[in-house]
Amino acid sequence: MKIGVVTFPGTLDDRDAARAVRHAGGEAVALWHNDADLHGVDAVILPGGFSYGDYLRCGAISRFSPVMEPIIDAAHGGMPLLGICNGFQVLAEAHLIPGALTRNHELHFLCRDQNLTIENTNTSWTSSYSQGQEILIPLKNGEGAYMCDDETLKMLEGEGRIIARYVGENPNGSRNLIAGITNERGNVVGLMPHPEHAIDSLTGPSADGLGFFTSVLKALVK
Amino acid sequence: MALDTVVLAQANPDATQPFAELGLKPDEYARIKEILGRRPTSSELAMYSVMWSEHCSYKSSKVHLKQFGDKAVKTDALLVGIGENAGVVDVGQGYAVTFKIESHNHPSFIEPYQGAATGVGGIVRDILTMGARPIAVMDPLRFGPADAPDTRRVLPGIVAGVGGYGNCLGLPNIGGEVVFDETYLGNPLVNALCVGVMKHSDIKLAKAAGAGNLVVLYGAKTGGDGIGGVSVLASETFESKGPAKRPAVQVGDPFVEKVLIECSLEIFAEDLVVGIQDLGGAGLSCATSELASGGSGGMKVQLDKVPLRDPSLSPEEILMSESQERMCAIVEPSKIARFLEICEKWDVTVSVIGEVTDGKHLEITWHGELIVDVPPRTVAHDGPVYNRPLAQPAYIDIVAKEILDLPIPSTADEIKSTVLQLAATPNLADKSWVTDQYDRYVQGNSIQSQPDDSGMVRIDEKTHLGVAVATDANANWSYLNPYEGAKLALSEAARNIATAGAKPLAVTNCLNFGSPEDPGVMWQFAESVRGLADGCLEMGLPVTGGNVSFYNQTGSVAILPTPVIGVLGVIDDVRTRTPMSFNRAGLDLYLLGETFDDLAGSEWAYMHKQRGGIAPIADLQREMRLIDLLVAGRTKKIFTAAHDLSQGGLSATLTEMVLRYNTGATIQLENVGISLLSETPGRVVVAIDPSQSAALTQEAAVQKIALTKIGVTGGDALVINDATISLKELREAHTQTFQKLFG
Amino acid sequence: MAKIVVDVMLKPEILDPQGKAVAAALPRLGFTFAKDVRQGKRFEIEVDGDPTPAQLAEVEKAAEKLLSNPVIENFTVRVEK
Repeated sequence: MKIGVVTFPGTLDDRDAARAVRHAGGEAVALWHNDADLHGVDAVILPGGFSYGDYLRCGAISRFSPVMEPIIDAAHGGMPLLGICNGFQVLAEAHLIPGALTRNHELHFLCRDQNLTIENTNTSWTSSYSQGQEILIPLKNGEGAYMCDDETLKMLEGEGRIIARYVGENPNGSRNLIAGITNERGNVVGLMPHPEHAIDSLTGPSADGLGFFTSVLKALVK
Repeated sequence: MALDTVVLAQANPDATQPFAELGLKPDEYARIKEILGRRPTSSELAMYSVMWSEHCSYKSSKVHLKQFGDKAVKTDALLVGIGENAGVVDVGQGYAVTFKIESHNHPSFIEPYQGAATGVGGIVRDILTMGARPIAVMDPLRFGPADAPDTRRVLPGIVAGVGGYGNCLGLPNIGGEVVFDETYLGNPLVNALCVGVMKHSDIKLAKAAGAGNLVVLYGAKTGGDGIGGVSVLASETFESKGPAKRPAVQVGDPFVEKVLIECSLEIFAEDLVVGIQDLGGAGLSCATSELASGGSGGMKVQLDKVPLRDPSLSPEEILMSESQERMCAIVEPSKIARFLEICEKWDVTVSVIGEVTDGKHLEITWHGELIVDVPPRTVAHDGPVYNRPLAQPAYIDIVAKEILDLPIPSTADEIKSTVLQLAATPNLADKSWVTDQYDRYVQGNSIQSQPDDSGMVRIDEKTHLGVAVATDANANWSYLNPYEGAKLALSEAARNIATAGAKPLAVTNCLNFGSPEDPGVMWQFAESVRGLADGCLEMGLPVTGGNVSFYNQTGSVAILPTPVIGVLGVIDDVRTRTPMSFNRAGLDLYLLGETFDDLAGSEWAYMHKQRGGIAPIADLQREMRLIDLLVAGRTKKIFTAAHDLSQGGLSATLTEMVLRYNTGATIQLENVGISLLSETPGRVVVAIDPSQSAALTQEAAVQKIALTKIGVTGGDALVINDATISLKELREAHTQTFQKLFG
Repeated sequence: MAKIVVDVMLKPEILDPQGKAVAAALPRLGFTFAKDVRQGKRFEIEVDGDPTPAQLAEVEKAAEKLLSNPVIENFTVRVEK
C-alpha cells in the first residue's frame, strides 16, 4: 500500500510521517507541493510543520498548492486523507472538514505528552483502536485551538465526528476538548496531536500513535 | 554621499574619516593605512572596522585561546579543528558530527525575541555550512533575578524567540539551562548550541579555490538589518549614553532559513560547491574576506549584483548588513546551472556576485567602480592582537577568607523544609514552563531531552548509533576560582554525558565575561581559558571551537565569569542508554563518589546570599574513572538509572529522580544536612536491581570510586531519615515556581 | 498613488486570545479606557493609479478566498489615498 506524504516549503514532520508509515508496514511516497501528480498513492498524509512559515494563517497558502487540487478531488472520492497539526490546519483551510484552528489560549507554543481518548473507531485512520481507548502521544503546536460555531459543534457531536478528545485540562482552548475530527464519510481526518512521534517508546512517549497508520493500511486492504 | 572609490582614496589621501565612530582606535586606523599604502575607502573602512571588532577578531582573547591549540590532545577523532565555522569529530560508522555554541547576549537584551531567534538561526547556519544536516539545538540561558521586572520582559521574549525560530526549523531542542543571578540583570546570556551530522566525505570548508569559479550569494535579500551591529553592539557596554549607537537588531525569518537548509542540503548532496560560508556577524565583509583568504586570496565581487530588500542601501551598508538567512557559495561554472535550478525549486533568491581570480586581492566594485581592493587575510585574520593587562582582582582573597554561616538542617521538619525550598527555588525548580515551548520530538530521533542530564539523538536508525550533548557552567565556582571553575564545568558536562552511558568525545565552549578592558575581568578570562585548556588536555578531549562574548557588564559591574562548556559524547546503541530515573519499587540506590563539606558557591549558599568561601578543586583523574564506571555500568547492564549531582546537591538530584516517573524512595543519610546540601563534584546517584550489587561493588572497586548505599526505591513519598515528603507536595513545590513567576 | 486596504478581523463570536492579552495589559500600564480589544490584520495593496471598480471586485474575491478565512474572520475593503 502506498501512502503519500506531502512536503510543502516549511513542512517539518514529513520524514517522521514517512517513518511511521514504514513502521506500520506501508510504503511511504514523497509528494512535492509543486507537483500535481499523486504518483498512484492510495492515501495521503499532510504532515505537521510551519508550511510557508504559517504566514497569513496556518495552512492558508499551502491549501492552494498544485498538489492540493488532486488531493482534494481524491478525498471527495473517498481516498483516506490525514492532516496532522499543520496538515489539520490545511484541511480546515481547504474546507474538507468544518471549523478552524486558532491560537492556543495561553498564547505560546506548547509541546507536551498528551492523553487522548479515541471516540470514533469507524474512520479510515482510527479502526485499529477500541472505542474509548486512552492513548498518549505528543501534542506540539502554537495554533491548536479548534473553533467552530455552535451549530457545527452540535452537528459534530451529534454525528460522532469527534474522533479524539483531550483528557484532563484543556491544553489549548479547543472547543469541547476536540483533538481531532473527521468528515461525514470518515475518510478525511484532522488531528492536532502527533501520532507519528509515538511509534516506539524509544523516541516517543509510547507506541500508541502507530494505530493511525495501521488503521489506514487495514482500510485500504478492504 | 558621493561614492568613495580606490581612485578617490589615492587622490585625496588626507580626507578625514570617521574611524573612531566605527570603533577603531587611532593605531588600528594607522595600521590599515600602512597595509593599503593609502587611506582606506569608506567601504574598506567599514570592512576593517567590523572585522577588527572584538566580536569578529577575538583581539583581546586570541593570545589566550591559543592554548586550546598548544595544549591540544592528539586525536584521530578530530576531523576539522578550530578556525573553521565549526569543528568536526568522527563518531564512527563513517559519520562525522559537528557542534558549536555561540552567544547572542547583547541583541537579546535589546530585543529579546529577535535577539534569541537570530542567535539560533546563526548557529544553525554555522553547522549547515560544514555540510551537515542540523539535528538538534540546545540553549543555555541566564537571567537576572527571577522576580525582577526586567526578567519578566526578557525571559518570556527570549524563550519564545528560541522556540519560535528553532521549532519552525524542525530542530528538536534537547536541553539547556535556565539560571538566575543578579549580575545577569541587564546582561542576559543567550547561548545557542547546534549539532549536525554528515558523512565524512560531505565535509565542506570555507574556501574560495579555483580561479574562474563563481561566487554565489543565495538566501534572503539584503536589507538594513543590524548595520554595524556586530562592531557596535558587541564592543560597547550598556551605559546611559543614549540610543545613538544601538542600531536596529536583525530580524529573523525562520521559514526562509528552513527552506535555505533544505535547498543547501540538496546542493551539497549533488556536490555542487567548492567552498561555502554563511553570512552572520559582519555579513558580506566577513564571508567574502574569509572565503578569499581560505583560497589563494583573489576574488572579484560586483556588489551591485547583491539582491536588495531595501534599494536605498549604500555599498558600505551592504557590506556591513547582517540580514539573516544568507549563504555564500563558491561554484564551478559547469555546475552553476544545476545550482540555480535547485534554488529555483526551493524558491530561494540567488545571484552570481563575482568570481575567484588568480590574484591576491579581494576586489569589490560598485557599478564598475573599484571600491575595495585589499589583501583579504588582512581583513579576516590579521586583525589587531591585544595582550591586555590582567590582574587578580582584590575580591578573590577577600571571599576566600569568608566563613559561611548557613542553616544546616537536622530535624525532620528542617530536612523537609530544606528539600522543599530547594525544589522550589527558581534555579532548581521545574523548567517545563520554558521547555514546553520547544519542540523536542521533531525528526523522530530524540532519545533524551530536558530534564535529562544530557540531550541524546539517534543518528542511525539501523545501527542505533547516537550522540549526546550537555552544556554546563557553574559561575559561582568560577567567581571564587576561575581556573578550577572552568575545569569543574568541563567535568560536570562530561559526567552528564556519561550518566547515560555515552563516552565524552569533544568540547566546545562559549566564554561569557565582562569588559576585557578591566584587568580583573581579563584575569578571570585568562584563568578560565587556562583551566579549560589544562582540563581538556588531562581528560584527552579536543576543543573543537568556541565563542567569546565580552562586555557583559553594566557600569563597573561585570557578570560572574560564565564559561559555558559543551561536551559531545557518542553511544554505540541508544537503546542501551541508562535513563536518569527509575519507575519501579525495590531498586537499591547508591551514591557514587565522596561527599565533603562543599557549600561554597552552592545553591544553598546563594539562597542565603552568601557568595564567599573556597571552591572545590577539580580531580579530573577521579572524574575520568567515574566516567569509565558509568560507561561500563551501561554496557554491562548494571544500572537501572543514573543521575548526576550538581547544583542543589543530593537534595535536588533525589527530587528530580522521584518526580520523573512518580516513584518515591526511602533514604538513610549520615550527617544528613551536609549530605543533602553539599555540592562536592564527581558524584552520581545510581539505581540498581539488588541482583547487581556485587557487579557494582566490583566495578566501583576497579575504578576506585567510593560507593555508599543510601536507600531503596518505592512508595509515594521521598523519605529522608525521619522526614516524609509526599510526592504530591514535592511536585507542587517543584512545578509551581515558573508558573507563578511567568505563567 | 492609491492603496487598497483590506482589514481582516476575527468574527465577534470567535475568541481572540491576543486581543484579550492586550486588553489585560492596558490597565496594568494605567490605561483604563478599554472595555474590550480585538486584534486584526491589515493588508495594504499598492496598485497603479486609482483603483477601478473591477480591481476592487477582484480584491474582494481575493480577500474572501485567501486573505481571510470566512469560517472565523470578516473583512472590509476600502481605498486609502
